[in-house]
Amino acid sequence: MTATATPPPAAGPRNRIGIGRETYKGLPTTLCAGCGHNSITNHLIKALYESAIPPHRLAKTSGIGCSSKAIAYFVESAHGLNAVHGRMPSITTGAKLADRELVMVGISGDGDTASIGLGQYCHLIRRNVDCTYIVEDNGVYGLTKGQFSATADIGSVQKKGQVNEFETIDICGLAVELGASFVARSFSGDGKQLVPLLRAAFAHRGTAVLDVISPCVTFNDHEGSTKSYEYVKAHDTVLQELDFIPADREIVVDYPEGTTTTVRLHDGSEMVLRKLGPEHDPSDRLAALRVVLEGRSRGELVTGLLYVDPEMADLTERERLPQVPLRDLGEAELRLSPDAFAQLLAEWA
Amino acid sequence: MAHPNGRGAAGQTAAEGLGPVVNDFTLTAATVNGSGSQSANLVLTRALFAMGIPVAPKNVFPSNIEGLPTWFNVRLSPRGYQARRAHTDILVALNAQTWQADAAGMPSGGVVIHEATLPRTGDAAREDCTFYPVPFQRLAKERVANPDLRKYLTNMIYVGVVAELLGIEDAALGSALDAQFRSKPRARSSNLEAIEMGRSYVRESLVKQDGFRVERMNGTEGELLVEGNLAAALGCLMGGCTVMAWYPITPSSSLCEHLIALADRYRTDQATGERRMATIQAEDELAAVGMTLGAAWAGARAMTSTSGPGISLMAEFVGFGYFAEVPAVIFDIQRVGPSTGLPTRTMQGDVSSAYTLSHGDTRHPVLLPGTVSECYEHARLAFDLADRFQTPVFVLSDLDLGMNLWRSRSFAYPQGPFDRGKVLSADDLECLGAPFARYADVDGDAVPWRTLPGTDHPGAGYFTRGSGHDDHARYTESSTAYRGTMERLARKFETIRRAMPAPLCLEEGSEIGLIAYGSSDAAVGEARDMLAERGIDSDYCRVRALPVHADVEGFVARHPRVYVIEQNRDGQLFSILRSELAAALGTRLRSVRYFDGDPIPADAVIEGVLAQEEAPAQAADGLLAAAAATTTTGGRG
Ligand SMILES: Cc1ncc(C[n+]2csc(CCOP(=O)(O)OP(=O)(O)O)c2C)c(N)n1
Ligand code: SF4
Ligand SMILES: [Mg+2]
Repeated sequence: MTATATPPPAAGPRNRIGIGRETYKGLPTTLCAGCGHNSITNHLIKALYESAIPPHRLAKTSGIGCSSKAIAYFVESAHGLNAVHGRMPSITTGAKLADRELVMVGISGDGDTASIGLGQYCHLIRRNVDCTYIVEDNGVYGLTKGQFSATADIGSVQKKGQVNEFETIDICGLAVELGASFVARSFSGDGKQLVPLLRAAFAHRGTAVLDVISPCVTFNDHEGSTKSYEYVKAHDTVLQELDFIPADREIVVDYPEGTTTTVRLHDGSEMVLRKLGPEHDPSDRLAALRVVLEGRSRGELVTGLLYVDPEMADLTERERLPQVPLRDLGEAELRLSPDAFAQLLAEWA
Repeated sequence: MAHPNGRGAAGQTAAEGLGPVVNDFTLTAATVNGSGSQSANLVLTRALFAMGIPVAPKNVFPSNIEGLPTWFNVRLSPRGYQARRAHTDILVALNAQTWQADAAGMPSGGVVIHEATLPRTGDAAREDCTFYPVPFQRLAKERVANPDLRKYLTNMIYVGVVAELLGIEDAALGSALDAQFRSKPRARSSNLEAIEMGRSYVRESLVKQDGFRVERMNGTEGELLVEGNLAAALGCLMGGCTVMAWYPITPSSSLCEHLIALADRYRTDQATGERRMATIQAEDELAAVGMTLGAAWAGARAMTSTSGPGISLMAEFVGFGYFAEVPAVIFDIQRVGPSTGLPTRTMQGDVSSAYTLSHGDTRHPVLLPGTVSECYEHARLAFDLADRFQTPVFVLSDLDLGMNLWRSRSFAYPQGPFDRGKVLSADDLECLGAPFARYADVDGDAVPWRTLPGTDHPGAGYFTRGSGHDDHARYTESSTAYRGTMERLARKFETIRRAMPAPLCLEEGSEIGLIAYGSSDAAVGEARDMLAERGIDSDYCRVRALPVHADVEGFVARHPRVYVIEQNRDGQLFSILRSELAAALGTRLRSVRYFDGDPIPADAVIEGVLAQEEAPAQAADGLLAAAAATTTTGGRG
């Protein structure tokens, strides 16, 4: 299952800055076996390794939730900050302002981003803070044991029988609408798609939003859920016979661009992913919004790079910060000279 | 709340029948918010200052943009007192809405300069004041065509009237206009014309009948006239702040706006436009403090500024900063709470909440500047303390200190470099020999070492979290590790206690001790003089920080009766002292509390002390009983 579980080769290959894949690994995961978040961690390790991000330049940030714990499970030697619930964006913003050379990777959950942290999410996007913002999106609050999140489908039923009466908040649709400079969606089990998207996100200067659908093995497997095994079996005749998926098996998909695939989750529920093909123009914001909304009306989650604007100025540019990180400036650059100080005080006399 | 010109204070004036009163009185201008009275008030203040007369201006303004009443008080005091006086001597009445109440609030012997169309009926029919009717509106209408400008210049006409009646020198007005309209020469000349209009009206149409006047003196030499928020902004700049995140709120906004202006002027490369400072208007105070913590975690000197409502919102993140040991500088320019309270009035209401902000056992260093020069000094110091102790540091100012102009001795240029605290570089890590342990107490002062993100060493990284952690910053729910961390944090707080500014004590062996802090300083200093004139000596200890310095305990130990004077209802510092001082000393404390929303006057201090001197309260145990050992003062009118 997860990369951290496989024993490392004694002397593996190295990336272009001479660092082995081992260095990109983190502590062993404490998340449930089979959790989509673990798959994402694996893909992150691969992407960071392949992009040759210097580990000391990486700064990992997160909020609170199962998903937010994941920053401990890759690049152990990098600095990480597990903030308070929903506030990863402000920490990320501050850190980037202090040291513009840091490669900021923030991990959040759908509760962390679409509920308690919705304001900070929107405003981070507005400011185009240079970071990779990953939402590990499972439609539930994993860590508090399965309550609905704001990205849950309308009409879905919670473990204790409660029906979600409310419209879903679409992380990607919202980001496009807010003017994000990079918006993509993927699936935790689709490494072929996710790894290149992550690498593109690291390379992007500005906020790169990645909504990664990431099934929760523990809190969706119950009768009455529109995503449950029983429900899908009874209502969806098109489906092939469903196999039982052991809870510790990672869900993997591999499907070509421009097609759809049906993903069966651990609880037997299904989800249709549509991979954007070359006909989608990711520089067209309206088109991005259209594919998201059209996909939703068909009950599909559109995956791929929805929108990108590589030219948009990021926050450090808009703030006109110098190339040298602010935190490296000293007394000489920051204090008024004794003359200027005396002159200023003279104006106040 | 007392009426802003001291309604009900009749009989307190010294003017009546005593002949001339020189440089020792208070003038109040009652105007309408949004009418442009602010620049007239400033020109008047600066002109008096330029004549060497110690002035202390205070604005009493509503939470409103236009239309509600606003008052401006300027106190002249040859002895240099800057506290608000509970009454006024000269009223400039330009607001029909408050005319009756303003006139009624005047003490006998006072002077009332008023818009001529305001009727001398009701409370304004009194005969024990000198009334000077001036047709401000008609004068402005005759000479100024543009109606907006007319409204604005009406205020400047009042400056001319006052200048002529009191004897303010032309040269002083000239330099005040220079300062006010530095970059707008055309505005300067139209304002000067308006002043002249007022002057000539007095010369031609009025006969001076009162004894109030001004004379040049030597009372402001070498002094600044500056508001605390501007002083604090300069302190931030000189303290090396590079990231400032804020969300607008009165009375904190001007600190941030001044800092932005200073950064534009002093941190911006004229050639490239590069700015050595980030100033971010955040979406709320949660984000503002989050950005501050994020920036400080990454090694920048970072701050935010807010007032009570913002402090409440920051609570969760501040606890994170305490437990995960991340620096931050947080200014709280206090205003009247709870809740929205009186948003444009002053209070020392956040002392207890700032000191222990957030859930669990939390304690934060709190600086309590009492003067504008301390606003500057403490702002600078706060960044050193935050870096050195890796924890959020509060600077508690208030609306009175922050938004009013205060006279001050000049500010000192900082000596020595920034204190960046215990930060390990890649080289340091190389020399360490052992793995770096983020939260280990290696020096015995309970202050650990940290590394910054971006440090090029494989051993530099560590994990910052608000959940349980061990010395190596690893996640743990072990009760031993938790207790160890909490006990170290408590020891760290003792290290912090020793590093905080000592109180300023003025002692001559009196029986009575007074303890105060922050903006109450002005009133306490004056009250001590007044008490001494009545033969009652008192010693004074001005607390300048929490946790309480050992010298405060010493002061209490030397005085059988100690009055803790503060501007809140619950005696917040009083309670902190009672719980932190030795029990035997706690019983010596008595509480004097003023919470009218306007700055505490000396009278309220005297009243509070004397009431308890005359009727000694029972020795009190516990808070409920302690409430008995209390005087609340104020509430006049
Ligand atoms: C202020 C605050 N409120 C509530 C919580 C409890 N809490 C912890 S995680 C969580 C939800 C996490 O959901 P999500 O972000 O979707 O993460 P997941 O566990 O599903 O990955 C909640 C409500 C908290 N930690 N802090
Ligand atoms: S509860 Fe769900 S989200 Fe949390 S670790 Fe387990 S599977 Fe993952
Ligand atoms: Mg979730």
